[in-house]
Amino acid sequence: MTVSLMNNTVANDQNTAASSNIVYETKQMNLWYGANHALKNIDMKIMENEVTAIIGPSGCGKSTYIKTLNRMVELVPSVKTSGEILYRERNIFDKDYRVEELRTRVGMVFQKPNPFPKSIYDNIAYGPRIHGIKNKKILDEIVEKSLRGAAIWDEVKDRLNENAYGISGGQQQRICIARALAIEPDVILMDEPTSALDPISTLKVEELVQELKKDYSIIIVTHNMQQASRISDKTAFFLNGEVVEFDKTDSIFSNPADKRTEDYISGRFG
Amino acid sequence: MGTSVQDLIAQSKGKKNKRFIEKLIPVILFLIASVSVLTTIGIIMTLIVETITFFTKVSVTDFLFGTTWLPFSNKQELYGIWPLIVGTLKVTLIAVIVAVPIGISAAIYLSEYASERVRRIIKPILEVLAGIPTIVYGFFALTFVTPLLQTFFPEVKIFNAISPGIVVGIMIIPMIASLSEDAMSSVPKHIREGALALGSTKFEVAIKVILPAAVSGIVASVVLAVSRAIGETMIVSLAGGSTPKFDGTFTDSIQTMTAYIVQVSKGDAGYGTTIYYSIYAVGFTLFIFTMLMNILAQYVSKRFREEY
Amino acid sequence: MRYIEHDAVVKRMNSRMVVNKVFKGFFIFATSLALLALVILLYRIVTQGAGHLSIDFLTNFASRFPEKAGIKAALIGSIWLMAVVAPTSIILGVGSAVYLEEYAKKSRLTTFIQTNIANLAGVPSVVFGLLGLTIFVRTLSLGNSILAAGFTMSLLILPVIIVAAQEAIRSVPKELRDASYGMGATKWQTIVKIILPAAIPGVLTGSILALSRAIGETAPLIVIGIPVIIQFLPKGVMDTFTALPMQIYDWSSRPQQEFQMVAAAGIIILMAFLIIMNSIAVAIRNKYDKRY
Repeated sequence: MTVSLMNNTVANDQNTAASSNIVYETKQMNLWYGANHALKNIDMKIMENEVTAIIGPSGCGKSTYIKTLNRMVELVPSVKTSGEILYRERNIFDKDYRVEELRTRVGMVFQKPNPFPKSIYDNIAYGPRIHGIKNKKILDEIVEKSLRGAAIWDEVKDRLNENAYGISGGQQQRICIARALAIEPDVILMDEPTSALDPISTLKVEELVQELKKDYSIIIVTHNMQQASRISDKTAFFLNGEVVEFDKTDSIFSNPADKRTEDYISGRFG
Repeated sequence: MGTSVQDLIAQSKGKKNKRFIEKLIPVILFLIASVSVLTTIGIIMTLIVETITFFTKVSVTDFLFGTTWLPFSNKQELYGIWPLIVGTLKVTLIAVIVAVPIGISAAIYLSEYASERVRRIIKPILEVLAGIPTIVYGFFALTFVTPLLQTFFPEVKIFNAISPGIVVGIMIIPMIASLSEDAMSSVPKHIREGALALGSTKFEVAIKVILPAAVSGIVASVVLAVSRAIGETMIVSLAGGSTPKFDGTFTDSIQTMTAYIVQVSKGDAGYGTTIYYSIYAVGFTLFIFTMLMNILAQYVSKRFREEY
Repeated sequence: MRYIEHDAVVKRMNSRMVVNKVFKGFFIFATSLALLALVILLYRIVTQGAGHLSIDFLTNFASRFPEKAGIKAALIGSIWLMAVVAPTSIILGVGSAVYLEEYAKKSRLTTFIQTNIANLAGVPSVVFGLLGLTIFVRTLSLGNSILAAGFTMSLLILPVIIVAAQEAIRSVPKELRDASYGMGATKWQTIVKIILPAAIPGVLTGSILALSRAIGETAPLIVIGIPVIIQFLPKGVMDTFTALPMQIYDWSSRPQQEFQMVAAAGIIILMAFLIIMNSIAVAIRNKYDKRY
């Protein structure tokens, strides 16, 4: 796996950047929950406009890793980290890197749909509003664009002022994706986004991921290997806090290099 | 040796009184449980009956619309309730001004900013404030807060509405803080995470997401605290004075509904006099005020409860 | 087309962080104000009252002269009062809780009783005084006795005890009940032998906290006509008496400055009672906290 290290200065002109650019580079990163060594010497490079899937048995650190990418993991008290994660060549652990700034560039979709107890409109407009957009017309446009982007505009366009908890779980999850799109992120992190959804909603979200990768870099944690093989370009296999194997999805599933990967994807454990 | 345990059990099962006890117990317990209902009925009946007697001596319109309360006058006794209501509302207003900002701020701090350790230390300390007897607060208002106010504002009299108002406010802070904190903490963690993941600061999460989501619990806590302030007796009896006034000044002596009941009970208003019955009419008014507040609090917390 | 300019967002971030910091400071400040009020209150009372505390203060009756004034009658009176309130309110409270949790079907009547308990907790204590005055003092002719005051106080704290006992009973694991029923025990046997013993710590904690509220309540005592100046000790529950908060109220409302010191000393005694009761409650809670 070779990577051309191009000299792309941060995110502003990402639209012009070539598709082989590195979004995230993790270097020798370790993480502890208290005394529990949850991530061990992680080295990974995540590329722009790709879908990177992270698979592995529960407790392998895949969720912890994705939550480290936007530093949500720090909400757990007693978390310690070492090493570096470069987002667009800037170490996200730097003292002067504000998490709020990082998180406006990196959207996140959670395991369980978590819309705010507000109207659908206010859910989508929340992000733009806190980032200073007050103009109603622009907000309207952002809301529509985001809902269209999350393929749910047609379903909710007539009920934008209803509470987001009045719609189905699958729709709620796409509202949450739209909410992440509304701040026009560079990367979208998805932490088992379909684990709480029925098969039809799952299919819709998977199709959406395919659609979104044209404009965004996506990192998705999944416990579902079929899902990883269906939607991702690259796949990382985590086990006991380590990256066992990280390669093109096709090679991981057809020709795993490591015995443990083979055991896992053939269903022998986990 | 001949009898087995099962035989022994079979023998004792046959006993009649055991079955009788099983039937009797629920009846006794039901009677005990109905004591609380009887208490409510007792309160309402007492207040209604004695208030009706009061209204055979004083006209209802004079009571409801009169703006002078002069029960101890030698010439013309006047029983217009409004001065007592105004006195009560003055103290309640000050208490709310003190307690709502502090109580809600403390709730936000404890729920959104404080670490688990800090919260576990501070919350019980705040609740100590709720456990202090009101007589102690009354003493504090009279001997500390009032003199303190007088050094800064000489126009404040020994008895006034501000000092008991502030201290009633201090007394209800833990109620607002604790119930509001419960309401905010019960907003699920994943909603907080959703907001943080969009780049919100903690303040934005608290004000724009958590506060609106917990608004029913917070409003209910404030309404309950107001009800408590209206019914508070000892602080206003000691520091508020006994001068029923229908005006807008806060620096002069006042009298609240509760303080009037205490004033009459302390003295020897003979059984059967108009003054004796007047405390029931005032008590009834007070009861209606606090009951309305409690019902409002229940309505708010049910009607506007968010579902996550 | 992009709506959100990253540069602008980053620029705006500074002021948002400042707002966040300022408000965090404000929230901490407000919380400390509440804590400060507590500290000042306790400090004032200790500094004012400590000078008057002595053995004489505990063993003297009330007096017109501040230096001779003691709290004996009130101290003993409060203990008598608790001797009536504790059994009455705990029996009524636990009985109601057992009925509501174990026997009552989900009916309108049960909901009504439950709502009524919640509402009763919101009734001002002075109104309970009016109830006591009419029912116990006059109708049942108990006069201003310990019994009349004790019953009034018991009704006042009844809702608190019922709710605490209900929670304690509810927290007894279902497996314990099932085990008892599984051996063929009757409902009442299960309640007496399994549920109540398991619920006792919770019931006690709640009851002690409720009793510590009763011991500091003043308004109902004034309304039912409990006297202040008493130069003898009660011999039975039908005798009249005085209580700590009544005595403190009387001293506080006297114009002479010296009596404020006496009142503060009385408050120290009252608070000592509360601290002891609360410590017992906390100790019980800690001891039995993690049993299941």
